[in-house]
Amino acid sequence: MRKKKIPFIEQLGVHTILLAAFLIMAIPFFWMVSTSFKNPDEIYIFPPRWVPHRPTFDNYVELFKTVDFGRPLINTVIVAVTSTFLSVMLSAMAGYGFAKFRFRGKEKLFLLVLATLMVPGQMTLIPVYLILNSLNLLNTYAGLILPGVASAFGIFFMRQFIMSIPDELIDAAKMDGAKEFFIFLKIILPLSKPALATLTIFNFVGAWNSFLWPLIVATDEKMYTLPVAISVVQGQYGEKIALQMSGSFIVIIPIIIVFFFAQKYIIKGLSMSGMKF
Amino acid sequence: MKTRLSAILIFLGPALFIMTVFIIIPIVLSLLISVTDFNVYAIFDWKNAEFVGFKNFIDLFSDVIFWKALFNTFYALVVALPLTIIFSLLFALLLNRSATHFKSFFRLSLYLPSITNTVAIAVVWAWLLNPRYGLLNWFLGLFGIAGQNWLSDPKWAMPSIIALVVWKAIGPNMLLFLAGLQNIPDFLYEAAELDGANRWKQFLHVTVPSLRPQLLFVSVMLVIGYLQLFEEPYMLTKGGPLNSTISIVLYLYRQGFYQFNFGYASAVAVVLFGIILTLTAIQMRLRKYQE
Repeated sequence: MRKKKIPFIEQLGVHTILLAAFLIMAIPFFWMVSTSFKNPDEIYIFPPRWVPHRPTFDNYVELFKTVDFGRPLINTVIVAVTSTFLSVMLSAMAGYGFAKFRFRGKEKLFLLVLATLMVPGQMTLIPVYLILNSLNLLNTYAGLILPGVASAFGIFFMRQFIMSIPDELIDAAKMDGAKEFFIFLKIILPLSKPALATLTIFNFVGAWNSFLWPLIVATDEKMYTLPVAISVVQGQYGEKIALQMSGSFIVIIPIIIVFFFAQKYIIKGLSMSGMKF
Repeated sequence: MKTRLSAILIFLGPALFIMTVFIIIPIVLSLLISVTDFNVYAIFDWKNAEFVGFKNFIDLFSDVIFWKALFNTFYALVVALPLTIIFSLLFALLLNRSATHFKSFFRLSLYLPSITNTVAIAVVWAWLLNPRYGLLNWFLGLFGIAGQNWLSDPKWAMPSIIALVVWKAIGPNMLLFLAGLQNIPDFLYEAAELDGANRWKQFLHVTVPSLRPQLLFVSVMLVIGYLQLFEEPYMLTKGGPLNSTISIVLYLYRQGFYQFNFGYASAVAVVLFGIILTLTAIQMRLRKYQE
């Protein structure tokens, strides 16, 4: 490869555009954090004050004392962790079945699973609400978690990955008398770690951020998840901007932490899922 | 050798059972409910719902707010889709240059908005767009540009929502384009250069054709995603002012879970499904036709 000389003006232009993009992406986050530590009198100062002169934790204290943010926080952790675990397990098991089992009608069954990807989630909103209502599962963890744990995307994703595991490995284990469950636990799962990690992160981020479904199922204050609680705070404490910002920050911070530790998987998983379309 | 039935049931059973109960049966139910007058009285006893044929769909046809919701959703789609693709592609190209510095830093910062919670971020945007104390109007003021009443002016409310939507969508699509760009072999560009193609021509005749799979994937996913617009208008404007930001899904939510007109709301869902299917099918056709 020969190296071309790149004009200085081009380098300057490219990096200016990227810097501008960085600022546009970052300022809302910076502003959220900054405002969440402001006293009421600093919020409405003009021109805006980027860093509070007298930072305070009052907004966070109020959020947990007055608005009782602890309960939605716990709910969200329970729902996100459980549904991620169940969803990844079910996807891995079904993915294994669709990748390696031999039985009649397998392809048709798999196509049916894939076909559900075409259906927008809103289409099932009302019937699932009615089904949960008749099962007395509204305002329960089961109601928040179960409807989302079987994902066609997850099954598809795991199947694609498990198909690349050589059949010989499985056949050899079978020769030694291993049962399917043993093969799944001792061969498939360990070899699928990268795919499992990717799917776990996707599912966790998705479950943590989910809004429309909890908004409908969790009408009792005790069952609110964080995004629902935020929307309520925005409605009821409309004038308390700093309170809204500290609430938003609490919702976002776990995802940002997950993101920084897992960005390698997120980026790889995203391009994997995209390429195989 | 065939797999034993017990193994099939154990491994595929749970996922398929949950899928049947929470996706497949509900799809059928949704179609059925859409031809009934299912309302608040039917929630506790489904027998109270009566078959009304296509009445809900006929009513939708003359429902001004539904047309408004359709119009707004397509407005968002038609504006946000090209903007998302152009910006994603632009940043992918800039980050794909070997001479660009701090690549992973810029890549991460562009990606971050897409994984953060839409509800939380919408709260922040509402504050940034605040006409009196918001950063945006302050910033415009520095250049002597008059600020706007972004979210309460029917003219500006939808553009504000679109800005948030595009802001969030750039990251992941940029990554997909970046992956595609990295798969284009260098010799294609070298050959084009030998033929005297300038950079713009190289972009049109090498980059764009090579990125066709990514362009198709991204546009199909964006169409599906943007047609389901909900959280941004719900949080920023509740569909207002004057229904200028009400979207199909927001209308479905209002009809279903505010007014408990489940039959009517299901008809909205069926129409949305029909639109998504049609547009996806058209995109697939176009792709076949191009090849």
